[in-house]
Order: sequence, then C-alpha cells, then structure tokens
Amino acid sequence: MPDPMKIRATTVGDETEVKVLMSHEMETGQRKDGQGKTIPAWFIQNVSVTWNSKTVLSAQWGTAVAKNPFVSFRFKGGAKGDKITVTWVDNRAEKRTDESMIA
Amino acid sequence: MILRAERRELGSCRAASLILTQSACVLALSFCVTACALAQTSAVDEIAKYRAALQDGNPAELWEARGEDLWKQKRGPKQVSLEGCDLGLGPGIVKGAYTRLPMYFADADRVMDLETRLVWCMVTLQAYNESQAKKQPFGNGERKSDIEALVAFVTSTSRGMPMNVALKHPKEVEMYQAGEKIFSYRGGPHDFGCVTCHADEGKRIRLQDLPNLTTREGAQKAYTTWPAYRVSQGELRSFEWRLYDCFRQQRFPELLFGSDASIALTLYLARNANGAIFDAPAIKR
Amino acid sequence: MKSPLISATIITIGVSACVTAASNEEISSKAAAMLKSSFKANGQATLDRLDQDATQHLCSEFAGKAPPRDVAQKIEALNLATVKYPTDGNLLGDWKNGEKIAQEGRGKQFSDDPAGPVGGNCYACHQLSPQELSYGTIGPSLYQFGKLRGYGPETQRYAYGKIYNPDAYAACSNMPRFGHNGILSEQQIKDVTALLMDPASPVNR
Repeated sequence: MPDPMKIRATTVGDETEVKVLMSHEMETGQRKDGQGKTIPAWFIQNVSVTWNSKTVLSAQWGTAVAKNPFVSFRFKGGAKGDKITVTWVDNRAEKRTDESMIA
Repeated sequence: MILRAERRELGSCRAASLILTQSACVLALSFCVTACALAQTSAVDEIAKYRAALQDGNPAELWEARGEDLWKQKRGPKQVSLEGCDLGLGPGIVKGAYTRLPMYFADADRVMDLETRLVWCMVTLQAYNESQAKKQPFGNGERKSDIEALVAFVTSTSRGMPMNVALKHPKEVEMYQAGEKIFSYRGGPHDFGCVTCHADEGKRIRLQDLPNLTTREGAQKAYTTWPAYRVSQGELRSFEWRLYDCFRQQRFPELLFGSDASIALTLYLARNANGAIFDAPAIKR
Repeated sequence: MKSPLISATIITIGVSACVTAASNEEISSKAAAMLKSSFKANGQATLDRLDQDATQHLCSEFAGKAPPRDVAQKIEALNLATVKYPTDGNLLGDWKNGEKIAQEGRGKQFSDDPAGPVGGNCYACHQLSPQELSYGTIGPSLYQFGKLRGYGPETQRYAYGKIYNPDAYAACSNMPRFGHNGILSEQQIKDVTALLMDPASPVNR
C-alpha cells in the first residue's frame, strides 16, 4: 500500500491554504536501469481535493511532476475544523486517500 | 486558485516549474531553464533560493511520518514497539536524544550513533536478528529503508535544540580521538582522505561548495543539516549514508554500516558541532 | 545557569587528562586498526587500499596542512625518484583526448565498472578550458598554463611529472599521483599534458 500523505490546511485571513506532500516514485518512463532496460512510467494521474465533500481542486498530472510531489493552493470559504480530503490515483490504478482538519 | 507543483531536479543545471490553474484545468508549462552560464557565485545563490522554495514542502516529512509509525508499531518476533528503546535519555525518550549522540551505552559497552542504537533496540527489544535489522540501511526507490525512516523521525524531534555531545566516558574520548585520526587518514589509489576536501575554507568541487569540517563553524553548519532529503536522489539520507558515500568517492572499500570508523567520525563531527542549533531533517540538492 | 559551564570545564579537564594518557602513536595505531575492521572489499575496491605507503602515512600526520620543511623535502625526494618519463621522449599527446580525460570523473570507485573509463576528473578541482564553467577550486586555475609559462621542453617535463606524481614537487599535495598509482596510463598523461601545453588547446587560447 502506498505511504500516507502529509496534509496541512490552515486558514489565512478569509482563505484556506492547503499543502499536500505525497509519497510517490513518479517514474518518467524515460530512465533506464543498470542493465539498460527502460524503467516503465509510473506516475500519479489524477488528484482531487474536497472540502466537506465539495471538490475544490481536481488535477490531471503527467510524468513532468517530481518524485514525492508537493502541492499547495488556496480556496475561499473554509473554516477551522472543516474536513479536507485528498485522493490520488496513479497509472497502475493504485490509489491513496487521506484526510485532515483545517487548523 | 493556483496550484504549484515543483519539479525537484537540479542535477543537470536546470530548474523547471509547473504551474497549473484549476479554473481552466490547463497545464501551463514554463520551463525556466536556469542558464548554465550563470556565474559560479550566482549559481550558489540560485541553489539557496531553490532550497528556500522547497523548505515548505520538504519530502523528509514523509520519512518522518513513516518512521513515527515504525517506532510505535508492534513489530518483530516479539511483537513489541520501539517505545521502550533507550536512546540515551531513558527508555522511550526521543526528544533531544539526537543532540547527545553518539554516546557510550553501558548495556552494550560501546559508543553508539543513532543508527547503531536503533539496530541494537530492534535486536534486543523486538528480537530481530542483527542481519535482518541491518539488511536495508539505505533506501533505494521502492526498496525503502526502515532505519532511514526511524532516523528521520528521531532526529526531527531534536530540531531547534543545541548539540550537546559529551566526552565523559573513556571510550567516548578514545572514539573521538580515533575519529580525528581517521578524518586525516589518506589512502587508496587517489591518496584521498576527508581532509582532501574538508580542511580548507571557501573551496568547491565542480560547483559544489565544500564545508571546512576542521573548524567549529564548518562542523556546526554541516552536522546540524543532516539527515537531509537529497533532491537529486529522491531519498532521505542519514549521516551514516553521508560517510558511506564520501568513502566511495575517496576510492576506499565499502564502509560497513554501524562500524567503529563511522561512529568515530560521527562523534568527532558531532562533538565539534556542540552548541549549534540542530536543524534537520533538511533538504539538499 | 552556572551548571552547564561547570560541567563543560569538567569535560575539558577529562579530555586533556586522557590526551596525555594515550600517545599520538597509540591513537594512530588504534585508528588504523579500527579502519581495518570497518570496511569490506567491494569489487575493485579491495581492503589493501587501506594500507598506506610511506607518503600517505607521513602526510596523514598533518591533518591536511603542509608538513614541516624537512619532512616535505624527504617526501618530495621519495616521490621524484618514481617519475617515469615516456621512453620515446615525446611528452605531448592529443589535447582533445586530454579534455575528455579531464572531464571524466569515473574510475576506481567500487560503483564503477572495472572495465569502464578511468578519468583524471581535473575539472573537479581546477579551471582549465574557459568553456567549462563547472570547475572546482581545490587546486589552482590552470587556464593559460602553457601560454603563461612558455611551451618549452622544461615546462613540458614539469607538467608531465606533476601529473605523474604531484608529491615530487609539493609534498602532501591534494592531487592524486596519477602515474605513480596507476590511475592514468602513459598515453592518458601525455594527452592531459597536451591539454595544458599544446598552443592549440583551448586552455591556451
């Protein structure tokens, strides 16, 4: 099973800042191993973030995103104690969902 | 709403950033190719800026979280956690322990660094055999190292505390003196020793600045920023890894994990860093 | 507030007491024994690499600083006797190959293919061709090496000898003894000498 994400959500004025760190190899499909064989691409394809079950971000990623990606964004309306849920799905259909409260 | 995902890759003198706006859901790629023609000093500045930008999302936190789980989980043949492990401040006390290591442990009758002590606890508390506990000292992609994760967790609790390594026990003194000697020991086909790169001020290898580890300031700055997430490797690296890879580049044979030479060098540098505020896990190129 | 200061004083006394207890020789031999038990052979990097020759042993005593004049003279004489010049008398090879050797950082590490390239990695420590901006500063800049010193046979001999065994000219140099320790072949040393000494080399333009 993939490792957990690290999610931090804090209110800054009337906005909520969400920072997410994900654990993923994000293999580009361009690299070769010691034997010269291409290492197959393996990367997060879809990311979605919900705030109290309302989608506040959805993104489609490719191989240009780094290993162990870091994402930060802001949205309006969040309040302390609200639930933030982050889900990613990669091209092997592996999936990880984690939750956090707005602090 | 702006989402930023940064590509952490600087190996080939290139920093690319990816900007994504949610409203349009369109990828706007802007590859800021930092020209390799930058003057050397400004390359150093650029790396510093890049590091500051990443500080916020240091992936070392992923290792810290995994290490905390490993510390608390009931594991091994005895199915107990590491919460009874004595890192020098008493069983289960993690906070601040790293600032006093390496140190002499009477139960093992040996000076130990953090990595060696973790292996000791995995063996004595959890009943792993020593080779199981040591089998993956350093991570490599999908083959993750439990030791490096535990190191990330334990060290993170000492952030902000001053280094405070004692030389009280005669074995600590002996280890420190051996560490100092090993630091200047030159050998191998290239005559290299630690001193070749780390005994002078303001030098660099290619464009990489080299700390002078023979001065207090140099040792303090270097020692308090390990372990670190190495962007170029996508791995969190422990201090034992740092020594292992230095010796590889020195053309020496392979440094054994938990060996006396690694502990002696670590004690030498940790002690010289005394008084400095510990600030790791850090993030490095 | 006073107690940390007091304990620090006690520690200092403890250390100095033990320093006098163990002689420098004893500490050195303990450290050498410790090294022996702390490594394992890996491919081409065998354990005999931990054994020091006379130069390495003497130079290890000065913690990266220059040795006293009498020791330095002894080391320089010892190493000067090892320099072997090519039998054909020709010291200059092809500077283009020399540039490649200067760029190549691989060779002799346990992670390197023993059948793969072995370079001089000159740029790690020296500036050479002005086109290469990624150079280190452990050694002096060698830009315009031949142009500044002249292209004569004496300078050629010095350049070749310096690459072959730098300790012959500066005891305990940080630079590897490329010829003496068999890192670079005679032809490779000729090529790097040409990089420094050929008027057509980018180093001299």
